[in-house]
Amino acid sequence: MSLDARIPEGPIQQKWDHCKFEMKLVSPANRRKRSVIVVGTGLAGASAAASLGEMGYNVSAFTYHDSPRRAHSIAAQGGINAPKNYANDGDSIYRLFYDTIKGGDYRAREANVYRLAQLSGNIIDHCVAQGVPFAREYGGLLANRSFGGVQVSRTFYARGQTGQQLLLGAYGALSRQVHTNQVRMFSRTEMLDLIVVDGRARGIVARDLVSGKISSHMADAVILATGGYSNVFYLSTNAINSNATAIWRAHKRGAYFANPCFTQIHPTCIPRAGESQSKLTLMSESLRNDGRIWVPKQKGDKRRARDIPESDRDYYLERIYPSFGNLVPRDVASRRAKEMCDNGYGVAGGYAVYLDFADAIQRDGKDSVEQKYGNLFDIYHEITGENPYTTAMKIYPAPHYTMGGLWVDYHLMTTIPGLFALGEANFSDHGANRLGASALMQCLTDGYFVLPYTIGDYLAKPLPHVSEDAGKPIEREVTDRLNILSNASGSQTAMSLHQKLGHIMWDKCGMSRNETGLKEALNDIKTLKETFQKDLKLSTPGQTLNQELERANRVADYIELGELMVQDALTREESCGGHFREEHQTEENEAKRNDENQSYVSAWAYSEKKEAVLHKEALAFDHVKPTQRSYK
Amino acid sequence: MNVILKIWRQPSKDTPGGFETYPVADVSPDMSFLEMLDVLNETLTQSGKEPIAFESDCREGICGTCGLFINGRAHGPGLGITTCELRMRRFKSGETIVVEPWRAKAFPVLKDLIVDRSSFDRIIQSGGYVSVNTGNALDGNTLPIAKTKADEAFDAATCIGCGACVATCKNASAMLFTAAKVSQLALLPQGEVEAQDRVINMVKTMELEGFGHCSNTGACEIECPKQISLTHIARLHREYLKATFK
Amino acid sequence: MNNLSCVLKKWVMALSGLFLCSFLVVHLSGNLFLLNPDGGALFNQYANFMSTNLWIRVTEIILALGFVVHIVLGMLLARQANQSRPVAYAVSPGNETSSFASRYMWLTGAFVLFFLVVHLKTFFYTMRFGDVPHVPYEVVKAAFESPIYVIFYLISFFVLGWHLRHGVTSSFQSLGIRHPKLKPWIHIFGGLFWFVIPLAYSVIPLYFLYFHMWG
Repeated sequence: MSLDARIPEGPIQQKWDHCKFEMKLVSPANRRKRSVIVVGTGLAGASAAASLGEMGYNVSAFTYHDSPRRAHSIAAQGGINAPKNYANDGDSIYRLFYDTIKGGDYRAREANVYRLAQLSGNIIDHCVAQGVPFAREYGGLLANRSFGGVQVSRTFYARGQTGQQLLLGAYGALSRQVHTNQVRMFSRTEMLDLIVVDGRARGIVARDLVSGKISSHMADAVILATGGYSNVFYLSTNAINSNATAIWRAHKRGAYFANPCFTQIHPTCIPRAGESQSKLTLMSESLRNDGRIWVPKQKGDKRRARDIPESDRDYYLERIYPSFGNLVPRDVASRRAKEMCDNGYGVAGGYAVYLDFADAIQRDGKDSVEQKYGNLFDIYHEITGENPYTTAMKIYPAPHYTMGGLWVDYHLMTTIPGLFALGEANFSDHGANRLGASALMQCLTDGYFVLPYTIGDYLAKPLPHVSEDAGKPIEREVTDRLNILSNASGSQTAMSLHQKLGHIMWDKCGMSRNETGLKEALNDIKTLKETFQKDLKLSTPGQTLNQELERANRVADYIELGELMVQDALTREESCGGHFREEHQTEENEAKRNDENQSYVSAWAYSEKKEAVLHKEALAFDHVKPTQRSYK
Repeated sequence: MNVILKIWRQPSKDTPGGFETYPVADVSPDMSFLEMLDVLNETLTQSGKEPIAFESDCREGICGTCGLFINGRAHGPGLGITTCELRMRRFKSGETIVVEPWRAKAFPVLKDLIVDRSSFDRIIQSGGYVSVNTGNALDGNTLPIAKTKADEAFDAATCIGCGACVATCKNASAMLFTAAKVSQLALLPQGEVEAQDRVINMVKTMELEGFGHCSNTGACEIECPKQISLTHIARLHREYLKATFK
Repeated sequence: MNNLSCVLKKWVMALSGLFLCSFLVVHLSGNLFLLNPDGGALFNQYANFMSTNLWIRVTEIILALGFVVHIVLGMLLARQANQSRPVAYAVSPGNETSSFASRYMWLTGAFVLFFLVVHLKTFFYTMRFGDVPHVPYEVVKAAFESPIYVIFYLISFFVLGWHLRHGVTSSFQSLGIRHPKLKPWIHIFGGLFWFVIPLAYSVIPLYFLYFHMWG
């Protein structure tokens, strides 16, 4: 199958308008006859379900959470970009487009990114209308702040809880549709498989997490907005339940998986405290505006941070990147921290570097620092028991976001007709590295302003009739799979196997990768897969509310996805963004892209018997010329 | 450190439950309370016993999924934190810790420490939004909103819907939860249009779901992980009166 | 009354409560005549006026209604609260998160109601409907010569104080009257009712008992 991204003709500024005009429409009277399933109720899912409901489609929304409001979009801290140019600093749609392509290290599709930049302003307007309390200036107008990697102030925010406020806005809109029965809400219901009939997505098989009942739900189109897969690493900043099952099952039913190895490791997280650590907590990137990152010059220095004199400290980011210093992009900051720790300079057991505010406190006073970062310092204090006002913070990078995801065309449709993917679940807009404050922007653009149009084009054409029983065989497959899992009587828990997968992925497919390591990882994962099949142990009886079963089922999919990530990392013979192959670096240890041969999107097709098959979508850069990023 | 846990176990909604005692050894003070439960669950699974069902998701205090009643306190000892943010250093070695699910008629127990909080969703569904369709919005800066008002609305909007206010309230009242949304939207010009119907409908749903009334004890304000103030309940009262005598 | 939403019930509770508080002030000011060292002449005059004046009689009915509304709503709300948590906690938060007074309004309220009944029986009933005509001052004097009765009264005022300690300030919250600038005034107002007024009331039985025992 050849990949057709369906990018509209015409100049980039008019592609979306062309597309909107060319697309078929479903008349308001016919919309209620068209049913759509939305899986996931985060920013992308809730906004899509609400908008489709408002338009009159017959929508069913699914989430494994107890409420749509719990989705992990809620944890996004920083903000959301929009080129409103309220700050009068020369911002424009084109500049946001340019920054995003460049920030993604030239591995994203130009047309998609331009549309993202074009539509992002509407999000701000819509969210304000929903009653989202964005930060404001004293004059009563919206406030902006600057964010990593760009030179303009275009980030809208609601203190450190922007994701929460935007999600609650979308949740409100969704609740309104649920209230009028335009959207049927299935909470505590997890999608476990996709129903494909005659090559089209026609429904899902889902499990009621309380009663354990497995049932199929049919529809004319299925939308996956199920988020990213950082939890393949076991420890990440993602929520405990964030998982890849929905997109992985869709992949196994025929949807191509794009750029799986593009993962973002966030530089400023609280280091892990012990083996029982269950997740990592992000500390906003904004801390790097005033904090200075350093390690002791002497390996294994046992002195307390404050007892180490200036002369014995290595402010390595300031040393290596004199012009950007501590404000280099996320991928660079993360990789350098790992490098320092790998070379033995790490502190607190070797897996942390210092982020020191002593200078900022001395310069601006404690009050000023408290005003800017007070809540973050409190979180840090609560978690670590150390007071960051007096002791240097310890930080370490952690998996945070996955740029990869299901391959989608310009219409956000996957390679299975009728199956759409939105938000972090698709691959489309961030290339090999995502810039800060653009995840929220992408989710809401997809959900509010892109999908509601493009899905019409699909639903306007007549669809063959499908019997209600079409999903039964898949329902049985799912039941059998869960039966095998719930009877597993080996000796290792799903959690411990997940931990093992995490170790493999972090060590060999994490911040920097090399051929030997990746090949080892492939073997390790094969072994782990066998262990999982033979030695898994569950002790919760029955199929009703069974958290062990939920976890085991997700871990099974993580293992398979992990394998694909490694394979992808192995095939991509270059370093770009979050993907750093040690074989491909400049003399100064910077990422070295290979634009001649590697300027493509890798799209993997699943194969039951053989290895996954790689398809390539070539990327053309007609507007932004790829250059080597430099932060020196 | 070592602790002894007395945990509520209940197989399902309609089966009676009771307390079970579990000693947990070698707990690190840096562990979170939930990680300590993870460790206990791993041991239980290893020894063929059913692990304790409890809920959590983001584990950084924002999603509102976790929520345990620990030694008589919603989200355990400490102010302004959720259960997932609670660390073991707040307890003494050898201490007996009693862990219960949220208790309220409107939050029935589903299993062990998991409760059903869908009643909160229904309160929001009855009016906790601005009725605006996608595509209708004016430019975000068309209506200026005083910073103080926007900030106050934000304070109310930080509610994470965890249910600690209900759990700790002697009347199992959802007034702080309901008021937070009513107040947020009443403070903003966008929400003002529907303010009167909103407050009446949301309070009505709150009572129909089986929550109690507010007797101004202030316990909710203390246990709220986001420290949402009773000021918002007072505003709900004013909004309600305005709506009643309009 | 049960059709009212809980917010309106609380609103009526607050208004009726504040109305009853105003009665406490009026009643106390009248009772202070008892402390006038004239053998009760002024007090008897006042008591006669109270039981014969037409306007006072009308007010009495409104007052009684105030009590009924306050009590019935209180009971309805207590029932709702009780039903809202069918299974109790094994360990309760206690005073860590809320004051004793705020949690036990139904209990202190019930006690005050009991006191009210006893009080009405002793004074109001005897003076208004007694078989033989009574001199009001003598009725009071006789009642407060019993130490047990005085102790009961002191306890009652103490409990009333606890009831008002939460009730008065809480009324303002229920009425939606809350502002940082008003806060200190509401507290002073509350203090007047939970501390000063019950204390002033307590002086009267103690005064009679003192003169009976040691005077």
